[in-house]
Amino acid sequence: MKKSVFLGTLAASALMAGFASAGTLDDVKARGELICGSNTGLTGFGAPDANNNWTGFDVDLCRALGAAVLGDPSKVKFVPTTGETRFTALASGEVDLLVRNSTWTYSRDTDLKLDFVGVNYYDGQGFMVKKDLGILSAKELDGATVCIQTGTTTELNLADFFKSNNISYTPVTVADDAEAQRQYMAGACDAFTTDASGLAATRATLPDPDNHIILPEIISKEPLGPVVRHGDNQWGDIVRWTLNALLTAEEKGVTKANAEEMAASSTDPEVRRLLGVEGDMGTMTGLDKDAFKRAIMANGNYGEIFAANIGESTPIGLARGLNELWINGGLQYSPPFR
Amino acid sequence: MAYVADAPKETFRLSMLIYDTRYRSITIQVIVLILALLFVGWLADNTIKNLAAKDKDINFSFLWNRAGYDIGQQLIPYTNDSTHSRAAVVGLLNTLVVAFFGCIFATILGVFAGVLRLSNNWVVSRIMTVYVETFRNVPLLLWIILSFTILSEVTSPPNAFRLTDEMIASGQEPAASMLFNDSVAITNRGTDIPWPLLERPMGGAEFAGVPINFAVVISLLLLAASVYVARRNSQRARKTQEETGERPVVWWQNLLVVVLPVAAFLAWRGFHLEYPELKGFNFRGGLSIAHSFTALLIALSLYTGAFIAEAVRAGILAISKGQTEAAYALGIRPGRTMRLVVLPQALRVIIPPLISQYLNLTKNTTLGMAISYLDLKGTLGGITLNQTGRELECMMLMMGIYLILSLIISSVMNAFNAAVKLKER
Repeated sequence: MKKSVFLGTLAASALMAGFASAGTLDDVKARGELICGSNTGLTGFGAPDANNNWTGFDVDLCRALGAAVLGDPSKVKFVPTTGETRFTALASGEVDLLVRNSTWTYSRDTDLKLDFVGVNYYDGQGFMVKKDLGILSAKELDGATVCIQTGTTTELNLADFFKSNNISYTPVTVADDAEAQRQYMAGACDAFTTDASGLAATRATLPDPDNHIILPEIISKEPLGPVVRHGDNQWGDIVRWTLNALLTAEEKGVTKANAEEMAASSTDPEVRRLLGVEGDMGTMTGLDKDAFKRAIMANGNYGEIFAANIGESTPIGLARGLNELWINGGLQYSPPFR
Repeated sequence: MAYVADAPKETFRLSMLIYDTRYRSITIQVIVLILALLFVGWLADNTIKNLAAKDKDINFSFLWNRAGYDIGQQLIPYTNDSTHSRAAVVGLLNTLVVAFFGCIFATILGVFAGVLRLSNNWVVSRIMTVYVETFRNVPLLLWIILSFTILSEVTSPPNAFRLTDEMIASGQEPAASMLFNDSVAITNRGTDIPWPLLERPMGGAEFAGVPINFAVVISLLLLAASVYVARRNSQRARKTQEETGERPVVWWQNLLVVVLPVAAFLAWRGFHLEYPELKGFNFRGGLSIAHSFTALLIALSLYTGAFIAEAVRAGILAISKGQTEAAYALGIRPGRTMRLVVLPQALRVIIPPLISQYLNLTKNTTLGMAISYLDLKGTLGGITLNQTGRELECMMLMMGIYLILSLIISSVMNAFNAAVKLKER
């Protein structure tokens, strides 16, 4: 008996399948496709249309990354993940990275063994209610039924907010935005809570957005950003610096339209480094020197992506607010390309 | 030469392990055992190595950390300051309560449908056939979602029950009203029913985190004592009947003995019903039963009831027709024949499949996650798993708990089966 167990472990260590794969970058290159964990459908951030073409703010970051790594923004496959399944999907290697409104928290960064490589949207949790309830503040929600997405930080913030204000509520935990929207519309909950950006996106898709208001209280900090697995630093660097490249591009005025022209004519050394004309920035991360130029040319710089998907001219109509560049008084700040 | 050589002693050769029937079965068993152990060892080793590669370990200490989330339906006190283990217990109780009522309703429904499907009344038997076939052949998840959607879409929001001053002034009625003399409100969130309360409560104690209400304990003890006295009274009546041939009328005595002490006790403590009332966003007071619970219960009962109906029908058909005919010949009416002659004999055929239906129902409660019913899967296997990132630990715990639950149910039912099965002497 003992002997067979010993033999078993011996043979098992010899077998050891599906473990210690090469770096994510090599996997992606070998596969010829980037697999990006996305939302199950949040208009403006990441949602498929009728032809399964994904569009959105988060989606465009994945496409920029696809352009940087594989040279083609269309070589990205989007895997919808719910709040509940996303981190398991990432940890198990089902997706290469997550860009789906995930909040950077201490325990996720450490205990869940994930790496948040940046913040592409500074957000905070808010509440949406029907206008005819006559409520103007979240503190008036005593006794209300509130819909929350399960597996999110909002679930915990909500409990804390009601506790610290000494008011009660009945939680209705739903799996995703679509179900939350159905229950909210059917009147099964008085308020729907999630990140303010998500509320704006949901509100924009309602048939009667004017009958719903987003309450002024923002009850938490929700820095949303791309997430990769802990331990693969090279891949983490690639994602981090692709995001930074988009930010630097906005700062330096490099757009989708003028990137080629800037590469040829610009005399700004940082722009020249960014676009791969000078030095070999791209190759330091295992890509080629034009990688970041391709990322910018995929869907434009950070500002362009923001304006096209969730900006004030879109139905979602989010102001830049905290997500303005630091030179304009916001928080978006890229370390230098040097 | 008087000596005869002994028959040559057979020596053991390795090939005999395969060719000799005496050893072959042992050889095969040893090989299978080694392969099975190898497989298990490989799985365990693979898991440990992969966890190590991700810098994770197996650690259950998260169960004693603050959970931080709220649960809508809680049978024992729970707040977001309670621990993850407490949340798991709250979820387990939610699983048990829906499984308990589900088993009862499914059995009642199943027995009726099974008996009526064999009815001579063509319409009744056809209706039962339609019920059984539709519920058996559509996935349970769809029934759960359907019943939840119906409950939440056809009922009015709590706001519709509101009667404002302007409405009184203009003589308008609210869009929705409460049922049963303003005691029950069915909103699109749940059903609010009255709940018994005492004006002078007896207080209570907490045992292993479970609050115990002394008034309830005393009422139950009183009731048990009364029932015991009533049974003694009935026995006395039977004895008198056997001795004298005349049975004294005792039913009203028994009724008084059972009802009076408890009623007197409750009246003394100021028993009254608390009615639900619309306050703020929702009805407050009384007992609020969320639609996720009701919908899950309805769908599970109807679905499992259809399977039980088939088991009941099979059990009845297994009883020889001669039994029914003999009962008729003795002048026993059809209803009593079914109840006293056929069903007791059919039980031994019905119970084994019934056990697996109970097990199915209990495990199917996990589908409640589709309609936000926070059972064990929703708390331990849902929110806790997600917020702590301890997938392996939560899954192992959950599988262990469901395994134990199923084993308990099947052992209880097996004991019942042993009690009713045909005794062979």
